[in-house]
Amino acid sequence: MDHSAHGHSHGHVDAAGASHGSYTSYAIGFVLSVILTAAAFWAVMSHAMSPGATVTTIVILAIVQVFVHLYYFLHLNFSSEQRWNITAFAFAGIVVLIVIGGSLWIIHNMTDRMMPQMQQSLPGLQEQQG
Amino acid sequence: MLGRLTWAAIPLDNPIEMGAVGLMGIVVLIVLGFIARYNLWVYLWKEWITTIDHKKIGIMYILMALVMLLRGFADAIMMRTQLAFSHGASHGYLPPEHYDQIFSAHGVIMIFFVAMPFVIGFMNVAVPLQIGARDVAFPFLNSISFWLTFVGMALVNLSLAIGEFGQAGWLAYPPLSELKYSPGSGIDYWIWSLQISGIGTLLTGVNFFVTIIKMRAPGMTFMRMPVFVWTILCTSILIMAAFPVLTATIGMLTLDRYLDFHFFTNDGGGNQMMYVNLIWAWGHPEVYILILPVFGVFSEVVSTYSSKRLFAYTSMVWATVSITVLSFVVWLHHFFTMGSGADVNAFFGISTMVIAIPTGVKIFNWLFTMYGGRVRYEPAMLWTVGFMVTFTIGGMTGVMMAVPGIDFIVHNSLFLIAHFHNVIIGGVVFGCFAGLNYWFPKMFGFKLEAKWGTRSFWFWLVGFYVAFVPLYALGFMGATRRMEHYDNPAWVPYMWVALLGAVLIFCGIVCSILQIVVSIRDRAKLQDVTGDIWGGRTLEWAISSPPPFYNFATTPTVADAEPLWDAKQRGTIERQARDHYEDIHMPKNTGAGFIIAVFAGIMGFAMIWYIWWLAILSVVGIILTLIIRTCNDDIDYYVPGEEVARIEKAHFLKVASLETEKQHAD
Repeated sequence: MDHSAHGHSHGHVDAAGASHGSYTSYAIGFVLSVILTAAAFWAVMSHAMSPGATVTTIVILAIVQVFVHLYYFLHLNFSSEQRWNITAFAFAGIVVLIVIGGSLWIIHNMTDRMMPQMQQSLPGLQEQQG
Repeated sequence: MLGRLTWAAIPLDNPIEMGAVGLMGIVVLIVLGFIARYNLWVYLWKEWITTIDHKKIGIMYILMALVMLLRGFADAIMMRTQLAFSHGASHGYLPPEHYDQIFSAHGVIMIFFVAMPFVIGFMNVAVPLQIGARDVAFPFLNSISFWLTFVGMALVNLSLAIGEFGQAGWLAYPPLSELKYSPGSGIDYWIWSLQISGIGTLLTGVNFFVTIIKMRAPGMTFMRMPVFVWTILCTSILIMAAFPVLTATIGMLTLDRYLDFHFFTNDGGGNQMMYVNLIWAWGHPEVYILILPVFGVFSEVVSTYSSKRLFAYTSMVWATVSITVLSFVVWLHHFFTMGSGADVNAFFGISTMVIAIPTGVKIFNWLFTMYGGRVRYEPAMLWTVGFMVTFTIGGMTGVMMAVPGIDFIVHNSLFLIAHFHNVIIGGVVFGCFAGLNYWFPKMFGFKLEAKWGTRSFWFWLVGFYVAFVPLYALGFMGATRRMEHYDNPAWVPYMWVALLGAVLIFCGIVCSILQIVVSIRDRAKLQDVTGDIWGGRTLEWAISSPPPFYNFATTPTVADAEPLWDAKQRGTIERQARDHYEDIHMPKNTGAGFIIAVFAGIMGFAMIWYIWWLAILSVVGIILTLIIRTCNDDIDYYVPGEEVARIEKAHFLKVASLETEKQHAD
């Protein structure tokens, strides 16, 4: 398998079903990542939105960023006939669900029982600092 | 210029630390002197430091693990001695801040630099051979992985001489590990040694996952892979899923300490329990990363030394896969007491108990494999039987603590300490010794001598029980972990028995060292001429010991889960070299992995001491080395078929002459 032969070809798919991308696709991925990261920083630092809306926004931006990385840098997509890409996505999804979902459940459950008064004062925290 | 680093960082006022430093210095000097005396510099550089041969990298991992076992054990026996004396008016010989460093270093070293390198060493030695491959999928990456782990280990040991080590336990919980409460260099040593070696481990996981998926010999379907390969596949998946969590969590602690972030501080909206939650979301899969490979080792050992096919292969595979998945949904059992509700604790308590089921399946499979087999009690088999008994007891105390109500009583007590040593010594350590005895002839061409091996096993087994059963009792009596002094006179006799146990384990370690020394002395007598010294069943025993650097002269084809046993039964095993061999495509050695790791180590050291310019320079060094390596096209070569034929002929001639000798003797 000669990697240099299709360094500039567009979205070449090799025997393993993995696309090696092109200069353009890397550039698009890079620009999108920069925009998404900058947007997240802006959302937090500008205080333009309520804390709840800010958190929602940066979580959505983060998830979009994950898919940008997977698509443009790791060349994973659903068009390939290879099962491995789908399997990798599914496994990553399960782990994210368990670790992130589980952490949210655990920490919220603890906060509810341990620090009800602090939880109410949390939304005010950001204004104090800003 | 040198950040926080001053002459005061060297603990000249601490006789114990300086003694340890002096001892380490003498050992290093002896080794360097030996190398200089026999002028081995070029040999070391060409054959070992720049090697990308999975077998040699595996041997280096195991050597590192054995050396660090001595260091970790020195910490252990210091703690046991302290606790035997430090009660009532006496305060022992270790001040609290020194004792805290010792238990932190003991945990870090034993998990990250003994258990991990040991199992990764076996992965390297055995997996490519068992699947009939030339090497791992990414040999250069493998070299980077090893040297990053090595550098992490070096940083931990450097903390003895320059500065201090962490005092916040092996997982460095905040708020104690935050800058405000731990202003010294200790936590920073912890951060950077784990961060650097953790990246090495992550790369190993990726490497072995790809190796097993893509490089199996023709005919080796998933359900024909040896069980050890299955366990390593699952371990690699666990590493890839869990180690990024460790990297991110330590990264956030780093931001807290270096850039005044507030991820885990009480003020500024942080939450220290989130750290505990995240570190165990990595930490629980981590203990399965350690135990799954040794389950694989035991499976190989049991069926080989029972001369019998492994009982219920399919259920063994599915038990391994179930453990892999379940290991991701139990992590909260490490912090039942943090204050979550009954539903959360019940969920994680039950999932923890459920994981005992596939583990129990495995124990029964091993027992049924032995049942009706012709069992040979070589040292590897002794370790395995010792494991089955000890690990089952450890598992039962684990299921006890899976009940949140019981956990509230024994949390952070010596009962917990006894439990996890019960499963880690009885499981991982016994498994590593079983694997060492089993694969040693494959690595070096001669087997380990059995008499000292048997003595080592009995000292370890008895020593383990004498050392840790008192800790179970002490836990019930209210003794907590990490204490360096106590007032209850009723605990004293138990502490002395535990110290006696540690001394017995020390005898076991001495026997292990003697076993290796005696085996090297008698290597001619213990030689493995055929390459199949145990009556093996898997592919690694089909080639010579040690294997030629290209592993297999011709790619084997596989039609059974036990290809070699199958070939022996059908008489299709090759008895002489072929006339013609194809040229073999091999990767060239490279020093790039070593150089990158050295830069990473300098970066870690610079970050620990706030020497920013040096940190930046070493990052530039890493990137430059990577670019230079990437631009290098001269990375492979061909071994001519004639050369392969010469090596193979020499091996078969040796085997044939041994057989004639045997016939004459008869």
